[in-house]
Amino acid sequence: MFYREAGDFKTSYAADSQTFPIAFDRYCYRVVLVFAFCVMPFIINDYWLNAVMLPFLIYSVAAIGLNILTGYCGQVSLGTGGFMAVGGYACYKLMTAFPDISIMIVICASGLITAFAGLLFGLPSLRIKGFYLAVATLAAQFFLVWLFNKVPWFYNYSASGQITAPERTMFGLAVTGPESLPWAVYLVALTFAAALAVVARNLTRGNIGRQWMAIRDMDIAAEIIGVNPLKAKLSAFAISSFYVGVSGAMFFVLYLGAVEVGEVYGIRKSFIVLFMIIIGGLGSIFGSFAGAAFMVLMPVLLKNIMVGQFGWPTDLAAHFEFVIVGLLIVVFLIMEPHGLARLWRLAKEKLRLWPFPH
Amino acid sequence: MKFTKLAAATVAATMCAGPVLADLVFPSLSYRTGPYAAGGIPFADGYADYMTLLNERDGGIGGVMTRILECETGYNTEKGVECYESTKGEDALVYQPLSTGITYQLIPKATADGIPVLSAGYGRTSAANGKVFRNIFNYPANYWNAASGVVNHLLEINNGDLTGKNLALVYHNSAYGKEPIRTLRELSKKHGFALTLLPVDPPGQEQKSQWLQIRREKPDYVTMWGWGVMNPTAIQEAANIRFPMANFIGVWWSGSENDVLPVGAAANGYKAVTFHSVGSDFPIFDDIRKYVVNTGKAAGAGDQIGTVLYNRGLYAAMLAAEAARTAQKISGRAEITPADMRDGMEALEITAQRMEELGMPNFGPAFSVSCENHGGPGLVAVTQWDAAAGEWVKISDFKPTDTGIIRPLILEDSEAYAAENNIAMGCG
Repeated sequence: MFYREAGDFKTSYAADSQTFPIAFDRYCYRVVLVFAFCVMPFIINDYWLNAVMLPFLIYSVAAIGLNILTGYCGQVSLGTGGFMAVGGYACYKLMTAFPDISIMIVICASGLITAFAGLLFGLPSLRIKGFYLAVATLAAQFFLVWLFNKVPWFYNYSASGQITAPERTMFGLAVTGPESLPWAVYLVALTFAAALAVVARNLTRGNIGRQWMAIRDMDIAAEIIGVNPLKAKLSAFAISSFYVGVSGAMFFVLYLGAVEVGEVYGIRKSFIVLFMIIIGGLGSIFGSFAGAAFMVLMPVLLKNIMVGQFGWPTDLAAHFEFVIVGLLIVVFLIMEPHGLARLWRLAKEKLRLWPFPH
Repeated sequence: MKFTKLAAATVAATMCAGPVLADLVFPSLSYRTGPYAAGGIPFADGYADYMTLLNERDGGIGGVMTRILECETGYNTEKGVECYESTKGEDALVYQPLSTGITYQLIPKATADGIPVLSAGYGRTSAANGKVFRNIFNYPANYWNAASGVVNHLLEINNGDLTGKNLALVYHNSAYGKEPIRTLRELSKKHGFALTLLPVDPPGQEQKSQWLQIRREKPDYVTMWGWGVMNPTAIQEAANIRFPMANFIGVWWSGSENDVLPVGAAANGYKAVTFHSVGSDFPIFDDIRKYVVNTGKAAGAGDQIGTVLYNRGLYAAMLAAEAARTAQKISGRAEITPADMRDGMEALEITAQRMEELGMPNFGPAFSVSCENHGGPGLVAVTQWDAAAGEWVKISDFKPTDTGIIRPLILEDSEAYAAENNIAMGCG
């Protein structure tokens, strides 16, 4: 009824190929953005920031990054945790070496350094595919974690091997360190997540995104129609690693503040981000957000219901959490192998016909 | 975004529900699940049981009931942060996270929020300098005391001379495991023994290569900084290469029943340093049976009473409760705030007489805390596993450690931290 194309006339090519062709979607998108940027900062507190919003936004960026590589370009990667570590440690080294540079620039620069690392580890993808590439990226994961544990230069020779984010300000407000204001930290993370999502959306539907998808669908056919696999694959690795690096840097400076590489950027991170894009939907920006929301918010929600509402013992609740989240993952994969993004698409199609489906 | 709304509703409901209770709230960031659960369960049980005992027997502390706020971390840093944020609003008095990683997370956060952290026997060693770490306490002993305690024990059995000996450190490759390295290096310079470092990647089920190296290089002594499944694996590997158990000394986190029982008789004679007594031969355990176990209020399954880590939880709870009592005395009110609690911890004095009154005579050393020293006296004892009897036996008294080496290291590390984070040092 209200969700339809009818009456929404498009008079230019740009209007015709916009992200949200349906007026209702556009309004919703704007309302969400306005709410996120203008309302959330006023109501956010420490708990909401550190337990819900920060992990959600940061994991979303990582999931978009992996989605570019795996969902759009078809190159399976298990090195996400390792590349996040590159972002985190690059950020730490830059922060401590150049204390006066704005934290926004430092985070972007960490992303660039990670992009370079991703480019290096992406080279094997020119020769190997599928499971073999997954194993090669797995090696990257273990190598990078080992490297940051082994070489004291990366953690400035601290006794424990931990890196700690010093306080940095923006416009006079602390955004890292213990004294940071929740809403300022939230806005920094949100700005990165929103800007990177818009960039990713436009990359994936442009020339380069089409090249990635051509490589994903059939690399030989793509090569025959003139897609350069070297350029396409390496650009996917570099851009994906940039996203993952930015998320790793934010994970360190905005979220945790103190990081130990094996614990925070271990193989578990790679798997969690991979689960996010599989559950959210491969090859979908919305799916990256949905998957991150599912993996981050679900356990917190379940914990709050079981411990906070029902008063169950914490260990029982923690075990139930595993069972329920695991079960939901299995159910999702069986009922809807294309993820939450596909469910969302189906819902929109139904809504378009509602309430007169015939 | 359905989940966000649901979560919002739930969290809102959780926050609105529950009237404001005038309790002394002790959050327990426990881990009863995950790879380190075997160590987390007895500690959490001991911590909760002591608070239950105070409520049941004495009606709380100074007339105010205590309340344990348990939150499951699974030894995971991110969950630890979530737990901290969700519990700190409920007037949490002191945090004891039982994880070096989570302690590192909480040090800046809790300092900014004005809530004290007690990391008894773990965490950041240089937090012993209270001039820098105003809200962080790690009495009665820290990792560097443990390292020195190990070396002191070796000195004792070698008639005071370790020249030319070789000590290998098998450690959990994390912030926790790396802590003793600096002290051991200094001590090896001072006493002339060689130090070999053997990192084990967590969780540590795979240690064949490390022990192959030990077999090849034949160090005279091996010490271990392990936690969780790493401990029994290492002791089993040591038994496999017939390394003499009496020459194998663990830190206090590598010296519980969980670590030696899986190895059976071969673990006999394995040693560990400790900062509190072992066994259940103390009057307080009668009270625990009477007021807690027999009334069905024991935490968890109630099967951990008297184990090493249960005792540690009990001891940690006692230290927190006594600090709360001190805080009540100083502030003059029964319902103390986290700031009062911090002052109470800084003025804490545990005397032998007080320990006796608590039914824990000689359970831990007598000590007092000051602003300059948040780390206590650093007295360390040695325990040994008797496989036939199935119990840990304390084979030495609480003895002083090499503060001449440790104190400058603490000052150096804490001052570097203060400089890095622009902290004004002082006791004001």
